[in-house]
Formats: sequence, C-alpha cells, structure tokens
Amino acid sequence: MSIGIVPFVILSAVAVLAALAMVASRHAVHAALFLVINFSALAVLYLSLDAPLVALVQALVYIGAIMVLVLLTILLLDAGELDSQSTLEWQVPAAVSLALVLLVEGSYLVFRGIGSETGLAEKLGDSSPQAIGKLLFDSFLLPFEIISIVLLVAIVGVVALTPDKDKDE
Amino acid sequence: MITVTHYVALSGVLFIIGVVGVLVRRNAILVLLSVELMLNAANLAFVAFARHWNHVDGQLVALFVIAAAAAEVVVGLALVVAVFRARRSVDVDELDKELSVADELAF
Repeated sequence: MSIGIVPFVILSAVAVLAALAMVASRHAVHAALFLVINFSALAVLYLSLDAPLVALVQALVYIGAIMVLVLLTILLLDAGELDSQSTLEWQVPAAVSLALVLLVEGSYLVFRGIGSETGLAEKLGDSSPQAIGKLLFDSFLLPFEIISIVLLVAIVGVVALTPDKDKDE
Repeated sequence: MITVTHYVALSGVLFIIGVVGVLVRRNAILVLLSVELMLNAANLAFVAFARHWNHVDGQLVALFVIAAAAAEVVVGLALVVAVFRARRSVDVDELDKELSVADELAF
C-alpha cells in the first residue's frame, strides 16, 4: 500500500510540527505528549510503507511503554519545569545555526538525488508479522540474542542504580 | 508520486529537530526525549529504504532499534532519578559544572 502526496504531506506536517513543539515547549509533560503525537504520525507512515509490525511495535512499545515510563518519571520527580534560565547563553544560537547548516547540507544531498531515483517498489515482499518472525529466528538470530542480553543488562543496571534506602536515610 | 526521497527528507528534518533539542534543552529528561526523536527518524529511514529496495531486513533493523531504545530510555531515566535524588536537579549544565556527581552516587 502506498499513499498519495496529500496524506503524506499532512502526516509529515503533523510529525514535524509535533517535533518542533516538543523541542520548544516549556513544560516537560507537554513535550512528552507532543512526542506521542509525533510517534503516532510515524506509526501511520510505517503502515504506508508496508510495515504493519513496525507500526504496531511503535504504538505498543514507544507510545504504550516508553512514553508512559517517561511521563511517570516526570511526574514522580516533579521535574516538569526544571529547565532553568540558560547559564551558557551563546550556545543556543550556536546550536540552532549549526542545525541549520546540517539542514542545508542534508537538503542539498536529498535534492541533488531528486529525479534520478525511481519510485517505491510496486509492492514489498512478504512483510507480514509471520514472515518477519521467521526471519527474526532464522537469519537474525544472533542480533536477537544480543538484544535480549542488552535488555537483561539494562534491567540489572537499573536495579543496581536504584539508590540504597539504608545509605540514603 | 511518493518516492523514498520524501521519506528520507522527512527523516532528516526530524533528526535535525532532535539534534537541536539535545543541544538546546537543559532538562535531562527532555534531552532523552530528543534522543528518542532522533532514533525514530533513523527508524523511518530504515523502513523507507526497506520499502525502496524491496527487502524486509530494514524493518527488522527498525525493530532492533526500538528494543535498544527501550533499554536506553530505561537506563537513562534510572540515571536521571538517581542524579535527582542526589542533587535535587536534572539540569545538565548545572550537573556538568559539578564534576564529582559519580563520586556522590558512590558507584
């Protein structure tokens, strides 16, 4: 399934505006909620790219798990408005202008390629969850095992990082 | 007609917004969120190229990136909570000035 230009432009506008609002918003909770909008727009874009499993995992893991974790942490720490006044004033314009340079470079590369590329393939090969699962346990078995170890290390690391109650009080 | 260039351009724009977020924001949680935005932009490029080259492998890489991002954000938030308990602050500039955070947390 491939989408027309109008839905694509609408979705990208939503994604880009939500991302900009995320970076610009004063309150961390607002930033997190804008990021949820951005992730949802990206999930729909994944669907338009014949990636139903990635779209579902995006919705379940990113929107469902990660963002809830982030929101809970913000509320737990009451860290919503802790962005203090800038102590290093010149860095903000420097960051923005460096980002603009990056944007110009990137758009030069992208627009130089326009016209020479072909359209998207007529249809992606089998990208159903079954096919992806088969690949995952077949040719991608080693990365799969490595990522499971990474997740295990993350769990152990988080437990190790938890402050000791006795030492704290 | 939508081509892979459209998706890659969108991915680049989102990535740059993420870069600006990392550079400009000082709340450590917002820096983490901006990193998430950059990871998502990379994911979009992976999935778009998977579609372009008619090859599902890119989608698998995107799934691995999502799993790694989950681990990253969990560890990152645990660090933020630990630093906040020690310092009552999640401002990265303030913490940068006080270099002995690691000693205080007794790693």
